[in-house]
Amino acid sequence: MIKPDRIVTTTCPYCGVGCMLNLHIKEDIVYRVTSPFDAPANHGNLCVKGRFGYDFVHAKDRLTKPLMRKNGELVPSSWDEAMGHVASRLLEIRDQYGPDSIGFLVSAKCTNEENYLLQKVARGLIGTNNVDHCARL
Amino acid sequence: MTNSIADIHQADVLLVTGSNTTEAHPVISLEMKKAVRRHGAKLILVDPREIELSNFAAIHIRPRSGTDVALLNAMAHVILAEGLEDKEFIAARTENFDAFKEAVKDCTPQWGEDVTGVPAEMIVEAAQVYGRAGSAAIFWAMGITQSSHGVDNVQALANLALLTGNFGRPGTGVNPLRGQNNVQGACDVGGLPNVITGYQPVADENVRAKFEAAWQTSVKIPPKPGLTVTELMNGVLEGRIKALYIMGENPMLSDPNTNHVREALEEIEFLAVQDIFLNETAQMAHVVLPGVSFAEKEGTFTNTERRVQRVRPALPIPGDARRDLDIICDLGKRLSGSNGKTSSDVIRPVSDWNYAGAADVYREIAALTPSMAGISYERLDPHGLQWPCPAPDHPGTPILHKEKFTRGLGKFTPLTFREPAENPDEEYPFVLNTGRVLQHWHGGTLSRRSEGLDWIVPEGEIQINEEDGVELGIETGDMIRVTSRRGEATGKACLTNKLPRGMVFMNFHFVEVPTNALTGAAVDPVAKIPEFKVSAVKIERV
Repeated sequence: MIKPDRIVTTTCPYCGVGCMLNLHIKEDIVYRVTSPFDAPANHGNLCVKGRFGYDFVHAKDRLTKPLMRKNGELVPSSWDEAMGHVASRLLEIRDQYGPDSIGFLVSAKCTNEENYLLQKVARGLIGTNNVDHCARL
Repeated sequence: MTNSIADIHQADVLLVTGSNTTEAHPVISLEMKKAVRRHGAKLILVDPREIELSNFAAIHIRPRSGTDVALLNAMAHVILAEGLEDKEFIAARTENFDAFKEAVKDCTPQWGEDVTGVPAEMIVEAAQVYGRAGSAAIFWAMGITQSSHGVDNVQALANLALLTGNFGRPGTGVNPLRGQNNVQGACDVGGLPNVITGYQPVADENVRAKFEAAWQTSVKIPPKPGLTVTELMNGVLEGRIKALYIMGENPMLSDPNTNHVREALEEIEFLAVQDIFLNETAQMAHVVLPGVSFAEKEGTFTNTERRVQRVRPALPIPGDARRDLDIICDLGKRLSGSNGKTSSDVIRPVSDWNYAGAADVYREIAALTPSMAGISYERLDPHGLQWPCPAPDHPGTPILHKEKFTRGLGKFTPLTFREPAENPDEEYPFVLNTGRVLQHWHGGTLSRRSEGLDWIVPEGEIQINEEDGVELGIETGDMIRVTSRRGEATGKACLTNKLPRGMVFMNFHFVEVPTNALTGAAVDPVAKIPEFKVSAVKIERV
């Protein structure tokens, strides 16, 4: 049997049940997923996605570089250029059309901390309440 | 959920409506089945389709799509007519009972049958079973909420629970099953247009002043709630919205009326997308920022029972991608023209984005949010904490509304039944219903990259009733086209006896069968949630 380099306890990224996972990792590959029996939401149970659905983490088409549209095509760029462009376009648009001309979609797949900070950017820096996510969808 | 997953098995009666729990919340369905099989609970299932839970149901009610309020009002009528209401609870803990009683006065079981198509005797039996239970718990998902009267549907369920005193005890309550891993959390921390963290309303002057002062920002938070997802897309086409920043979402597959969304995203002046894949939405962006998956980051998700749980980094970050928290902090720095100074305050000013990590951000959330003030990373091991958790020594709250409701008294809402926005007619004679399958997830971005899952369910089939299929000369495996007033989608037909006649069922996981090209623009007037479960369509062989 394969021996893991490490086992990391975390929370399933699929539905809202919040099953606790143990990711078994060998050479930076998740090769097995189990769940602790004392997990409060799932008592060690997992569904087919929760136990087997993690290939996407290792998918070959994961994005690994920022992309910018140049001459109609998305091409790789540096972080500094991409972030600089996002910030300057948002500020230009805010100054030209007002803060409520910008909208932010936060994410039901992202963490509490990420969502909090993105809405802080929207409300505290841009000055708009145009913040929503796919809760209704 | 007002209650917890752990107390489902303590219910005498489970009322499950608008939730195919086995496929959408599989592990919670295990608890429901355990309640039935091992603890003798009675399951009342309300769903027009035959689903796996039908095998466990004492009563399976199959109403006409979109008639939930009529069914629930008729059940309330029976409970009152037979004196099954909890008079003590109504007197001590509720208000507006008389108006409610008046509103259901004429909702007889026969009226219920006429509107919903459910036999009157079945409505009576369901009301008796629910009304006589020592403890009864209600569960629902998008089958209740994704409706042009979704708020009415939820209030009708709450009315039933108030009427029978099913709040504040194990095995009771009103329990929405949240779809996404952190949809509860995204709502809790201010990811909504009308509230900041812990549902503090932007309309409240004191709330705005508190956040403006804490963040030390010169920018004013507007008193008016912002736009919802569907309104933002309309806003682009109306010229009001010029830029969108989209993190970890794929509105091209998940929003209603795909063609309308595509037009909006083609029209927009600036679109930035932060994601881990170049999904259909990212392909339309001006800038794409590569974030990381759950397995490469630190943070917390909050589940459907309000439990805040840890997410831990397990793998290295691929290539030049960045942690999402770092991307947002970089954006914050650039937008604020930050001078790079680091504050020692728990709540950082908007000029300071030098957070030490996710735990540091959570400290700030807790400091600004009374209902989460007692939650910290130190306390989340090993089993998380359920908010409200107002103090560092508070154990968290598995069951809400024990002694009183958040607003004080529980308020009955008198409701009048309204038809769905688009019922079938001569031209579009079928009802389209949408939902998930067990093996796939939402827009398919994650699950379709899983070889095993995609092998089990490789394509999005279009389910129709067997007899309807025979009448139309359609067999399983035939290619058929489904057309609505908004668009069309083509896919393989699957004939089944699990659907009522006149219904088409499609999932929305497959870009090749774009279900949301068909769905409508009707939304609930209050919640702005789209009516995904009732659209009029026609079908034909290709």
